[in-house]
Amino acid sequence: MTDKIPVTVLTGYLGAGKTTLLNRILTEPHGKKYAVIVNEFGEIGIDNELVVGADEEVFEMNNGCICCTVRGDLIRILDGLMKRKGKFDAIIVETTGLADPAPVAQTFFMDQDVADAARLDAVVTVADAKWLSDRLKDAPEAKNQIAFADVIVLNKIDLVTPEELDAVEARIRAINPYARLHRTQNCAVPLAEVLDRKAFDLDRIIELEPDFLEEGHHHHHDEEMQSVSVKVDGEVDPEKFMPWISNLTQVQGPNILRCKGIVAFPNEPRRFVFQGVHMILDGDVQGEWKPGEKRDSKVVFIGRDLDEKAIREGFLACAA
Amino acid sequence: MTAGTAPSLTQSIAPVDAGAHVTAVGWLKDTAAFGLGDGGVLLARNGETHRVEAHPDAGVLAAACDGERFLTGGDDGRVAVTGADGSTRTLAETKGAWIDALAVSGGGAFAYGAGRRVTARDDKGREKVLEVPSTARGLAFAPKGYRLAVSHYNGATLWFPNVEARPEVLEWKGSHLDVTWSPDGRFVVTSMQENALHGWRLVPDKGHMRMSGYPSKTRSFSWSHDGKWLATSGAEAAIVWPFESKDGPMGKAPRECGVRPAKVSRVAFHPNAYVLAVGYEDGCILLIRLGDASELLVRHAVKDSGISAMAWDRAGRRLAFGCEDGQAGILTLP
Repeated sequence: MTDKIPVTVLTGYLGAGKTTLLNRILTEPHGKKYAVIVNEFGEIGIDNELVVGADEEVFEMNNGCICCTVRGDLIRILDGLMKRKGKFDAIIVETTGLADPAPVAQTFFMDQDVADAARLDAVVTVADAKWLSDRLKDAPEAKNQIAFADVIVLNKIDLVTPEELDAVEARIRAINPYARLHRTQNCAVPLAEVLDRKAFDLDRIIELEPDFLEEGHHHHHDEEMQSVSVKVDGEVDPEKFMPWISNLTQVQGPNILRCKGIVAFPNEPRRFVFQGVHMILDGDVQGEWKPGEKRDSKVVFIGRDLDEKAIREGFLACAA
Repeated sequence: MTAGTAPSLTQSIAPVDAGAHVTAVGWLKDTAAFGLGDGGVLLARNGETHRVEAHPDAGVLAAACDGERFLTGGDDGRVAVTGADGSTRTLAETKGAWIDALAVSGGGAFAYGAGRRVTARDDKGREKVLEVPSTARGLAFAPKGYRLAVSHYNGATLWFPNVEARPEVLEWKGSHLDVTWSPDGRFVVTSMQENALHGWRLVPDKGHMRMSGYPSKTRSFSWSHDGKWLATSGAEAAIVWPFESKDGPMGKAPRECGVRPAKVSRVAFHPNAYVLAVGYEDGCILLIRLGDASELLVRHAVKDSGISAMAWDRAGRRLAFGCEDGQAGILTLP
């Protein structure tokens, strides 16, 4: 588990500043060597790093499900990189401005060879403070990238007024209230906030989001993309919860971009922690509830056209 | 019988320190050639080794060997050829695209894939290029004639590089990885992303063969010397499919050889006997006789030393193997 190579996925609409962030990661002194997977060589001229060109070949799996896609080129490249193990400490995948991050993330769950060798660390999305609001109107890809992010670097804040900045941040929060957000100029964010986040690590869901189990922030929803969070005060019945979550992700999978949850089962000293991308769920019991801690259960979904009422009622009905 | 109780050949191994992930092994007469993840080719003969920098500052991703030449494809975009004398030179070069598919034919021709482009060069140096619909993942020459099978997303393409006719497309939905051609030329078989093999019967009709049930992907195939059996990796035993009938293995169960609690990573049939060398992800190697399923232990399991390459010499007296952690060795049959 620990010797799996961490992979950071860098997304962001065309011109947002992905390459600026990438160049910062590669040039700042941190003592690490990265293998970088990019679509176009061009601006990256770092000699001592391993830079690989990708073609973003998206493959449907043969199970007849339209959202179960993987990136064939990534599987091939990661397979090749594993033959050079020891030459680098981490991998960065830069996707094109128009790419959907889901097939990249799913590759780390659906391909066993990839899952054995590498772990998805976090999806980092760079957003352009000046133009993001426009892109959210006309480009579904931009919205997906925001919805999918674990970390959002809201860049070019020097080009907008404080009011405009608050407005664009509110737009982002309406789509994805759970990502870490950093306001930057020239992508000047501490690299520790971007790299080695372990956002896709089940163990770290609680640690990363200490207020994950708290409710109370009230969000304005985007007209199309929503986040739905539901809390059960107490335990849920696994006999009800498991069929419910699996059915929900099977049926609503194409609309669910990300989901996460921490759930308390009766007579189980450990938390059930899960997360997923579209139809693919990864979950396990782990990490004991602390003595005296309130054993509440909470699930979060980010997606498109979600039936909030049905999700809410469905989860509440799982209460033990 | 399990590996723990199998009679042992471990004393007959001459260890070789390859120093880097062994991507592929081939035999240049009595010299074993190991293609390495750090770009080198290590030649081993009579207990002595000689390292050749076939891909300086790069890595060997794929290799093919015809007994005279050891061809390697690298992430430097080059195809290099190394000889038993330690000479190496560049055979072909692309601009940065990885060469991770290679095939060599007995007559001196070779082919390589870089992304969607497949380049074939015949024994007279005539080069032809074919663009396939998506990345060419696997290449294999037909046993006779100058014809190439290319596996890719949604099927495989059969191509006569020196003939103007349009390539023949064998369709089957899904992502096809490696490809192999049966020694009698009647079957083409691919391994797939979804833990299955797919095959096409070329004569008399274009029948499909679907071979599934693997817990993981098959990345190694090997035909028995007479083409009657196809051994494959990807399960906790070598899965050996019967191909002696004209229908191939359809309706017949495969043999399962060398069941152990570790996945098989490489298989290599002996060149003239029904004996299969089976390498596992935990580093173990067994020799299994197909006739009576008797097993001989070649190498004990070694942590983090999964078997990544294996090849018999032409006479079938020696077996060279290499591992993920850079360990390697040569078994000489007593």
